[in-house]
Amino acid sequence: MIRFALSLALAVMLALPARAAVDIQQVTSPGGVDAWLVESHEIPFVALEIRFRGGASLDAPDRRGAINLMTALLEEGAGDMDARAFARARDGLAASFGFDVSSDALSVSAKMLTENRDQAVALLRQALVAPRFDPDAIERVRGQVVSGIRSDAKDPNAIASQKFREMAFGTHPYALPISGTEEQVAALTRDDLLAAQARVIARDRLYVSAVGDITAEELGGLLDTLFADLPPTGAPMPGPADYTLGGGVTVVPFDTPQAVAVFGQRGMARDDPDFFAAYVMNQVLGAGGFDSRLMDEVRAKRGLTYGVYSYLYPMDHAALVMGQVASANARIAEAIGVIRAEWLRMADEGVTEKELEAVKTYLTGAYPLRFDGNGPIARIMISMQMEGLGPDYIATRNDKIMAVTLEDVRRVAHELLTPEALHFVVVGRPQGLETTN
Amino acid sequence: MPLIRYTLALMALMVLPARADTVTDFTLDNGMQVVVIEDHRAPVVVHMVWYRVGAADEPAGHSGIAHFLEHLMFKGTDEVGPGELSEIVQANGGSDNAFTSWDYTAYFQRVAADRLGLMMKLEADRMADLRLAPEDVETERDVILEERNQRTENSAGALFSEQSRAAQYLNHPYGIPIIGWKHKMQTLSKADALAFYRTYYAPNNAVLVVAGDVTPDGVRDLAEQYYGVLAPSADLPVRARPQEPPQLAERRLTFDDPRVAQPYVMRTYLAPERDPGGQETAAALTYLAELLGGEGATSFLGEKLQFENQTALYTSAFYDGLSLDDTTFGVVAVPAPGVTLQGVETALDDALQSFLETGVDPVLFASLKAQLGAAEIYARDNIQGLARRYGQALTSGLTVADVQAWPEVLQAVTPQDVMAAARMVLNRDHAVTGWLERPQADVVEVTQ
Repeated sequence: MIRFALSLALAVMLALPARAAVDIQQVTSPGGVDAWLVESHEIPFVALEIRFRGGASLDAPDRRGAINLMTALLEEGAGDMDARAFARARDGLAASFGFDVSSDALSVSAKMLTENRDQAVALLRQALVAPRFDPDAIERVRGQVVSGIRSDAKDPNAIASQKFREMAFGTHPYALPISGTEEQVAALTRDDLLAAQARVIARDRLYVSAVGDITAEELGGLLDTLFADLPPTGAPMPGPADYTLGGGVTVVPFDTPQAVAVFGQRGMARDDPDFFAAYVMNQVLGAGGFDSRLMDEVRAKRGLTYGVYSYLYPMDHAALVMGQVASANARIAEAIGVIRAEWLRMADEGVTEKELEAVKTYLTGAYPLRFDGNGPIARIMISMQMEGLGPDYIATRNDKIMAVTLEDVRRVAHELLTPEALHFVVVGRPQGLETTN
Repeated sequence: MPLIRYTLALMALMVLPARADTVTDFTLDNGMQVVVIEDHRAPVVVHMVWYRVGAADEPAGHSGIAHFLEHLMFKGTDEVGPGELSEIVQANGGSDNAFTSWDYTAYFQRVAADRLGLMMKLEADRMADLRLAPEDVETERDVILEERNQRTENSAGALFSEQSRAAQYLNHPYGIPIIGWKHKMQTLSKADALAFYRTYYAPNNAVLVVAGDVTPDGVRDLAEQYYGVLAPSADLPVRARPQEPPQLAERRLTFDDPRVAQPYVMRTYLAPERDPGGQETAAALTYLAELLGGEGATSFLGEKLQFENQTALYTSAFYDGLSLDDTTFGVVAVPAPGVTLQGVETALDDALQSFLETGVDPVLFASLKAQLGAAEIYARDNIQGLARRYGQALTSGLTVADVQAWPEVLQAVTPQDVMAAARMVLNRDHAVTGWLERPQADVVEVTQ
């Protein structure tokens, strides 16, 4: 046993973390569109990630749900093709386009084969610059969106998350579901969708990354084809979201055997100088898979849940520390008690020297493993751009983790975590829990 | 006009053969099979050990024991304490997990390539020397019950699927949920887990899959060092599960739950799986699922139900041929507002009948064939996905040669093959048709 442990320790100490060998080129197209590129010619395809900052938060105040419905319709007919012709053309090229929207961005994820890339790009261009919003397509997709809204209304996870955001963010767009309500979606017109498109899909909020079998020069042409005809500006970004929720418990009665709890409090911005200390702290608290304090105390020691976790959630206009747990109605109160105690312990004591070292070894060792394919690298690069990081971040990120001290974590845990401000939204029939205030 | 453009695109699309040159396989002296997939783009390795045992191999009356044992495999050995394996993997920058299906149980780590030997040392250790403290077993049983709560009890759709599957299989244990029936899970003991472990966890019942920045020789040396020293089991049970009798009558069920937001109809038909050396029918069924219910805007069910008569909001067809014994072919239809479940089921049956009469659209068929070829190119970007492909196949009765032949078998399928497979599989005597809906009283309340 001892010999085994010793040899493991040696293995940890002797091997330095692998370095991520990623050569990022910053490309500007002849037409002035910026992108990040990693050339990788082993496999004959390119992965493309596109973001338009603002996403569903750019909905006009009385048109909630318009940007979500518009996004779902981008591939439902464009140019001279109706929905079915567009799908046939895309499938005939074996290209894949994924359109999605969140509170902070509209995203397009595309994969295209080298052999027919020009045709695939031409097709994607149609979806971005000339979506048709045909009346029959609007009605078909509207029906799907409404079906999703109704499903969310019966899903304890969705109910809990939505209730938390609604209580946390008052009148800011963050408080509202991005799909809108059934009534709002029913009222949307084709003109609303055209207006929604103009609010989001514009050059002044565009970010692009490309990884794979493509050169910088080829990418320049691709960028101009896709984006040169987009409008230069879109709608202004919303202002900061004031966090208005105090500590406590809110119970949403719902008949289901296992209660779901979403919990959170005010968080830390991504560009805060203490962000890395907070990140390391949360890794110990609740992000560390099987190894975190929350998993250890709530699952491994007490068997109260299958999964519990916490995470830093910095958004463009607010920042939270969030978490989630699910336990049988009879046991959720105990799980919440344990989570509160761990929140308090971390705020009071921070982490131990041993925990800090283990987390640093993990985070620095795991980082280079993320860069293991065209798709993953493209997604990492687009996140870096959205977060305002430079290409050199990859080379310095592990140094920033290593520079975090025990005292940094103690101070930041004490400042950031406020157990009395932690709020739990519980969906189910929890025993021994009632809404506070 | 668009038709011409995309037909040209199809002709231009070359289908590249799968590259088998990056895959090597061999067997250790103790019977452990090894597959190595090389990808040197990043200094990463995925290390997986797959056991040829799953929920369908459980002793009668002990449903859930295969999955419970998977959880308990993290509770320590004579050398490593409870939870310590995951701690060591994390301390090396890696991540680890495990999963259980009807046909296999698998454990994996993703880690820097130079830590492969350490991963093998840990995995070989728990293949032979599991040690379980009684209190860890008790606590972990609560965890799997909460897992069942989360995956199944809290979801009307999951409960519906479970009931439907139980009705599909008259005799085969595929009708029993992987996680187990709740009342059986509550009785699972340490002795049950250890008996299952001793019977099935041995090198000659395992497949090692290593994918990433490694060489076959390097993997062989390490595998011989760590796994090669383990003794094979002398009395592995023959893998013969109770098979299905002839199915003679359609089964129908209606599952009512107030948590249902969106009612739908699901039908599954008993269907053949991929067999070693005989994957042609499964390949034809793979096309059939795509042609009937793949992409909504082009599939046959999508065209008929979503675009033409607009009886459905959503349609889908599904088939996965990777299975040791008979699998299922399924279709789903979600009714449009104002359409009843009977209405959408009738539309579904009309469309299936129409498909059997009109046959395969040759343009769509050619497009699908090209897409399946291109999928092989995209698949090379994901080493973990490739590793899973081999592990799943080799624990589901197939060989490395079968896995490597599969893309070519898919390319050889003809429209006639698809129609023959459709006529064979779409037999309602072999089917379960289920309706998921709200209780009638609730429906009256919400009708506008």
